[in-house]
Amino acid sequence: MHEMGIVLQIIETARAAIPPQLQGIQVKALNLRIGKLTAVVPESLRFCFNIARQDTVLAGASLRIEEVPIEAACRDCGERSIIETPPFTCSRCGGGDLAILSGRELIVTSLELADP
Amino acid sequence: MEIKVVRKVLAVNEQMAAQNRQLFAEKGVFTLNLMSSPGSGKTMLLEKTLGRLLPRVPTGVIVGDICTTNDAVRLARSGAPVVQINTDAFGGDCHLAAHVVREAAEDLDLAAIDLLIIENVGNLVCPAEFDIGEDLRGVVLSVTEGEDKPLKYPLMFRVCNFALLNKIDLLPHLQFDKERAIANIRAINPGLPIFEISAQTEEGFAPWLAWLEERVREKQQTNRQPEETGNGR
Ligand SMILES: Nc1nc2c(ncn2[C@@H]2O[C@H](COP(=O)(O)OP(=O)(O)OP(=O)(O)O)[C@@H](O)[C@H]2O)c(=O)[nH]1
Ligand SMILES: [Mg+2]
Ligand SMILES: [Zn+2]
Repeated sequence: MHEMGIVLQIIETARAAIPPQLQGIQVKALNLRIGKLTAVVPESLRFCFNIARQDTVLAGASLRIEEVPIEAACRDCGERSIIETPPFTCSRCGGGDLAILSGRELIVTSLELADP
Repeated sequence: MEIKVVRKVLAVNEQMAAQNRQLFAEKGVFTLNLMSSPGSGKTMLLEKTLGRLLPRVPTGVIVGDICTTNDAVRLARSGAPVVQINTDAFGGDCHLAAHVVREAAEDLDLAAIDLLIIENVGNLVCPAEFDIGEDLRGVVLSVTEGEDKPLKYPLMFRVCNFALLNKIDLLPHLQFDKERAIANIRAINPGLPIFEISAQTEEGFAPWLAWLEERVREKQQTNRQPEETGNGR
């Protein structure tokens, strides 16, 4: 629901990452990592991105989203599990006392620029 | 050519939230971020909670809605200082962001309060993603919403530090399976304190109020010993 705000942040982050001597160059692709435990739906993000990128340095950019699984470590037995759907339980002992290791990422990792 | 960036998209919000957290700590204000779906009873819970805490625990309120000042009007009747945020001025956001809370906090006399309760915009999705500088996060789930909400909105129930199961006065009229709802909350967040309450009848208020007051006291103690920096997460 707040994907448009997130997209505007992404565009700003990308814009700020382009060094001054390369300003004006077109961005070909934008790479993102999005955890599966974030409140962000990749399809909505793409939809908003396609609207918001117009008239920005990202006008011609494609969005590459790498989804990061929810990985958790059991505080009882130490097992690391990938959680596909709730409940959040250890795949070995079934315990629920888990430390979430990944899944909350919302990161711009890199930009690919057109050749100057 | 590839440019490495590796920057959190919400980095700006996180920085602002950290500044808020520091401001609230300096002023010795314990801050609560209260979230839920629309109509779970956040405002009524606050009206009744304020009625029981004031004037013993000086409390201020920030209330976020997309539009209208109805909730602020209701809450102001308690005598507490209330600041309304309408997010339509900020693009109709479905959540409160840290900079918006900061602006609202500037309209409050933080030195005069020990507790700040922030009623977030009614929404179980987006507010979970945005740190606003609170000490603790609470989610209100009302018994008219269905037992499966924790499983449908796991992020919200995972990031919260306590839950309030509200409108229990209605249980006799509903098919709601309270034990299953509680099991679903615990499936996402095992140790979560859960308070079963009715904002309408104030049933279950004593444990909730005692717990809340204890958190406020703790904050004031850590404030007197600045080397201890537990923020309760
Ligand atoms: N029966 C009953 N009704 C309640 C209770 N708590 C709240 N309500 C009713 O639920 C409705 C919504 O309550 P609000 O306090 O406005 O809910 P809210 O979460 O602040 O709503 P938004 O701010 O719009 O997200 C109102 O009609 C309240 O009277 C309760 O414990 N029992
Ligand atoms: Mg309300
Ligand atoms: Zn285990």
